[in-house]
Amino acid sequence: MSRLLKNMDAGLYRKRRIVNLTVLSASILTTLFGLFWLVWLLTTLFLHGFKYLDLSVFTQPTPPPGETGGLANAIVGSILITLMGVAVGAPVGVLAGTFLSEYAIRSRIAPVIRFVNDVLLSAPSIILGVFIYEIVVVPTGHFSGWAGSLALALIALPIIVRTTEDMLKLVPNTVREAACALGAPRWKVTVAIVYRAARAGIFTGILLAVARISGETAPLLFTALNNQFWSTSLNEPVANLPVVIFQFAMSPYEDWQNLAWAGALLITISVLALNIIVRTFLRSGK
Amino acid sequence: MNKLAGHTKTPTLRSGVKGRILDIIFASGTKTCAILVFVIIVAIMVSLFIGAWPALKKFGPSFIVSTEWNPVTEEFGALIAIYGTVVTSIIAMIIGVPVSFGIAIFITELCPAWLKQPIATAIELLAAIPSIIYGMWGLFVFAPFFADHIEPWISDTLGNLPVIGPLFSGPPLGIGVLTAGIILGIMVIPFMASVFRDLFEVVPPVLKESAYGIGATTWEVIKKIVFPYTKIGVVGAIMLGLGRALGETMAVTFVIGNADRLEKSLLMPGNTISSSLANQFTEAVGEIYTSSLIALGLILFFLTFLVLALAKYLLVRLTLKEGIRT
Repeated sequence: MSRLLKNMDAGLYRKRRIVNLTVLSASILTTLFGLFWLVWLLTTLFLHGFKYLDLSVFTQPTPPPGETGGLANAIVGSILITLMGVAVGAPVGVLAGTFLSEYAIRSRIAPVIRFVNDVLLSAPSIILGVFIYEIVVVPTGHFSGWAGSLALALIALPIIVRTTEDMLKLVPNTVREAACALGAPRWKVTVAIVYRAARAGIFTGILLAVARISGETAPLLFTALNNQFWSTSLNEPVANLPVVIFQFAMSPYEDWQNLAWAGALLITISVLALNIIVRTFLRSGK
Repeated sequence: MNKLAGHTKTPTLRSGVKGRILDIIFASGTKTCAILVFVIIVAIMVSLFIGAWPALKKFGPSFIVSTEWNPVTEEFGALIAIYGTVVTSIIAMIIGVPVSFGIAIFITELCPAWLKQPIATAIELLAAIPSIIYGMWGLFVFAPFFADHIEPWISDTLGNLPVIGPLFSGPPLGIGVLTAGIILGIMVIPFMASVFRDLFEVVPPVLKESAYGIGATTWEVIKKIVFPYTKIGVVGAIMLGLGRALGETMAVTFVIGNADRLEKSLLMPGNTISSSLANQFTEAVGEIYTSSLIALGLILFFLTFLVLALAKYLLVRLTLKEGIRT
């Protein structure tokens, strides 16, 4: 017994305790360090943003430097471009996800599609902007809202493909088998049974994609560009919040910079709100 | 029995044929959409290559190693932008990986239960904030603070060291490669921390409890149980974070200074591939200028592609190794 105690060397024990304490305090310190920046960021964003956020931001279009104005045209443009982007990306994404989950069980192309989808997911968004510039803006000869929507659709697509596949895979196979046994054709099993079982998940994926693309700036720089005036036609350049924020923040005019803060706050709030909706939605679905 | 079958035959046949046709339409529809994803990637590569071809033809392979970037004489090279991209990403990883690790360890092992969910949710929400917000904050808040308080100190201490001294000397501009790297690092922290946390949560409690049961300290449990169990995912998560940092545009463009010079010092302005594109693409005049920018884009696309492929390859190799060992 006393030999055993001797082996459990008090010095070693102390060393282990010290190492443990050091690492754990380092972990707490890094957490504080990381949270410190993020809290600082959010505080300045909210302080600056709310200071310049008033009614005129929602009612007046973007002003020339030195005059008063708002962001109304950019807000409308952003909503339009984002909705169109999702309208294009979501159906394709859901169907592609359906293929991966329902039809490609022994298919050889499924792993390839999955890999390619990951490539698209990790492709820098600015590259997608260059791509759309090459295939849409150059042939049509002008920047347009449609080009912006397409670029955003390319960002939304892989997110939706992935979440759809994951969500459909969560539907138990017995449900499919039961429907098949009743004589339902395959498409009906998928549309009426599997989709219905997974619709909360699919919808969540689409909402997440909306949240993701509503703040994207880089791909809009060379596609939707910007527009100082009211424009709801997607055939011409359309004002949109991210690009307006970029241009106004980089400008030397103080009132433009203030509007940029207001816009940044708006985008952040809407993205956070979407994410919170997704969360509560998922929780209530469970 | 026979009579029953005969009775129901006609209606099922008709709906059966209709069902089969719809089946084929639906199945081929989903397949077309899946293949479309593949077509898009191929189209991106082809169109980038076509767009970059004039520049690649004119400058040849030396495009990648040339430090020239002169729109007036139409001489272009990619090295400055590649250097900026790689260096900012490395700085971001040096900051981001340990901090995200610390946060994930804190949440999974140390944090009191009532605080766990709020912190985890907050970090996931922070990961969703668009990068332009980080860039804007960097320009208006962080860069002036950095120039006034941190950069003079850096160049006074680190700047005088041998070997690495030149990296940290120079005037305190606030805007530059180092600032961009730090902003990128702050930006990837929430993303990587939430991925790490998800990974650490996967470790079966029984494994951890048995280690605690034989007297292991928290750190020993993390080192001997959690890390080995999750290392595959950790490598993947770091690669994903790196891919994000490499391709990130807005967080960098605001604070890097957009200077087409190759500077020794990290405190000086520089450029990354994505910030060059964001700043110059719409203003580029002439075929060669535009084409050189697209060539930069092509290089960036392959860089991120390589990182992703490497991550996947590592994961496959690690899983194979695991299989042999057990």
